Amino acid sequence: MLRFPPPPSNARQPVQSTVTYTRLQRRRSNRILGGVAGAIADQLNLDVVWVRCAFTVLAALPGIGVITYGLLWLLVPQAPAGVGGRDTGKQRQQSLILLVIGIGIGSLAVMFAGGTASWIMLPIAILVVGAAVVWREADSTQRRRWRDGAKAGLVGPAGWHTYVRIGVGAALVIIGLVLLLLGSAGANPLQTGLLAALATLVGAGVLTVPWWVRLVGDLDNERAERIRVQERADIAAHLHDSVLQTLALIQKNPDQPREVSRLARSQERQLRAWLYGQKEGMENSTLSTLLAVSAGEVEDTFAIRVQQVVVGDCPVDDKLMPLAAAAREAMVNAAKHAGVQEISVYAEVEPDQVSIFVRDRGAGFDPDAVPEDRHGVADSIKGRMTRHGGKVRIKTAPGEGTEVALHMPRTKEATS
Amino acid sequence: MEPVKVFLVDDHALFRTGVRAELDGAEEITVIGEAGSVAEAVAGIRHFAPDVVLLDVHMPDGGGAEVLRQIRSTDSQTTFLALSVSDDAEDVIQVIRAGARGYVTKTISGRELVEAIQRVSEGDAVFSPRLAGFVLDAFSSGKATVGGGDPEVDSLTPRERDVLRLLARGYAYKEIASELFISVKTVETHVSSVLRKTQMSNRYELSRWAADRRLV
Repeated sequence: MLRFPPPPSNARQPVQSTVTYTRLQRRRSNRILGGVAGAIADQLNLDVVWVRCAFTVLAALPGIGVITYGLLWLLVPQAPAGVGGRDTGKQRQQSLILLVIGIGIGSLAVMFAGGTASWIMLPIAILVVGAAVVWREADSTQRRRWRDGAKAGLVGPAGWHTYVRIGVGAALVIIGLVLLLLGSAGANPLQTGLLAALATLVGAGVLTVPWWVRLVGDLDNERAERIRVQERADIAAHLHDSVLQTLALIQKNPDQPREVSRLARSQERQLRAWLYGQKEGMENSTLSTLLAVSAGEVEDTFAIRVQQVVVGDCPVDDKLMPLAAAAREAMVNAAKHAGVQEISVYAEVEPDQVSIFVRDRGAGFDPDAVPEDRHGVADSIKGRMTRHGGKVRIKTAPGEGTEVALHMPRTKEATS
Repeated sequence: MEPVKVFLVDDHALFRTGVRAELDGAEEITVIGEAGSVAEAVAGIRHFAPDVVLLDVHMPDGGGAEVLRQIRSTDSQTTFLALSVSDDAEDVIQVIRAGARGYVTKTISGRELVEAIQRVSEGDAVFSPRLAGFVLDAFSSGKATVGGGDPEVDSLTPRERDVLRLLARGYAYKEIASELFISVKTVETHVSSVLRKTQMSNRYELSRWAADRRLV
């Protein structure tokens, strides 16, 4: 018996595509600075204005608001194309006002913090503005790279304005650092030298951070690609172990049509289950899977086709278990006695009952002529159904085929 | 009666040969041409003007739905019967909504296929049990429709439901007629009406349901 190993979990990706991951993503349109406030607003399902207000207030704590914003900018990835709505013009205006207020509050807070802190305010502000300009440009470069699908260099395919903006940003950062240095320059030349070196490091770090982050992202992408390749290899292996083996078996038995069709059906069923089947762990837990398993067993045992249609579905409880068992027995009976190549099974889950119809166009029989001691119909089907409050109706006549209709009322808890 | 002119579209040559061999035995049908790709199919159908096109759902370059789109944009008398191994709800619903008059699976017997072709050529609809089940399921799951939907095409009448149920149970049109004490013509009318609703309904449920349910 050939069996598919359980498929790799990623093979089910399309099935799960309706599940939306709520991952923090910076907005790429309708942003003021880096789209960070928008990201938080989208995540928390808030109006973006409130988040921007919060950042404005945070600016009052010297450094905290700015540093938080900067870290989020770096660590949260940009949203891919076409995500996020548009800001209205009014929102944009509000936000710009908030930004100015934030800068104001921040400056005031630093000044009132008093003493030595206030003189470094201006250089730090210049540095922050410079960094923001460069990082924003890095975001656009990344977008261009996505759009062009190219692994471009540091700045990617860019116009002169990109270079100008990066240049201006870098210049601002450098000016800020130089002013800081000048302000703190002491008499000691060694101290001054150390500070200069430190400032150079900070400057280089601030300016190149977006590209470091991107480098890490590229590594991630590469790993994802490797996983995809691995998956394809897995699929090839599955197909080899199952489909190709079955085809080989079929070629060896061309003079045994019964065996060939049995092999083909069993392989087809496994392949379908593998391609479109339900998630792992769902086996045997719903009516449709239970019926599919029974139908598969009957197909394999008797080398016939069982055509199943299931409308609606529900978990199997202790009333539906006997229903499914009775349906299986009806399939077996049809396969054994009707002398046909195909059986139709139709199941419908309604709010108050579950019905299963097992039908063949075969020999049929005279229901009154069946001896009482025949287990199949009497015990396995009727007994099972009536014991659990279900109903059985058998429609048949010699030469007219047979249809077994099974109805089982659903339990209250299951329907509510 | 003139034999029905049939055109085969399938990207598997082996399968075309098989179907051709099966249909050549039937005198009600002549196969007048075949194609293995969307472009060939569109050119061939325009050239031969067949009565019925047997259309594979899965092909490169857009599949059966693409052929339907291109042919039906030009006014054509040709009807389409989709033929597929898929049984995937999304494929089935997609090709029906693109304008096919019916859907049967490739495991259908030669005699049943001939019947289905004749039925489609007379303008009636052909529902495999599986398709009947899909449509029943899609129309009974949930009540919501997108705003502005026409309530007439967004729900099935009780009689249409009865007919669909029997189709899903594997009944032939004649058997349905005698079961419900109606004429075969009336059964055909009901099925055509269900087909029209499946095609026209802008039930949000219908496409979403099909997409959600990637089950065999």
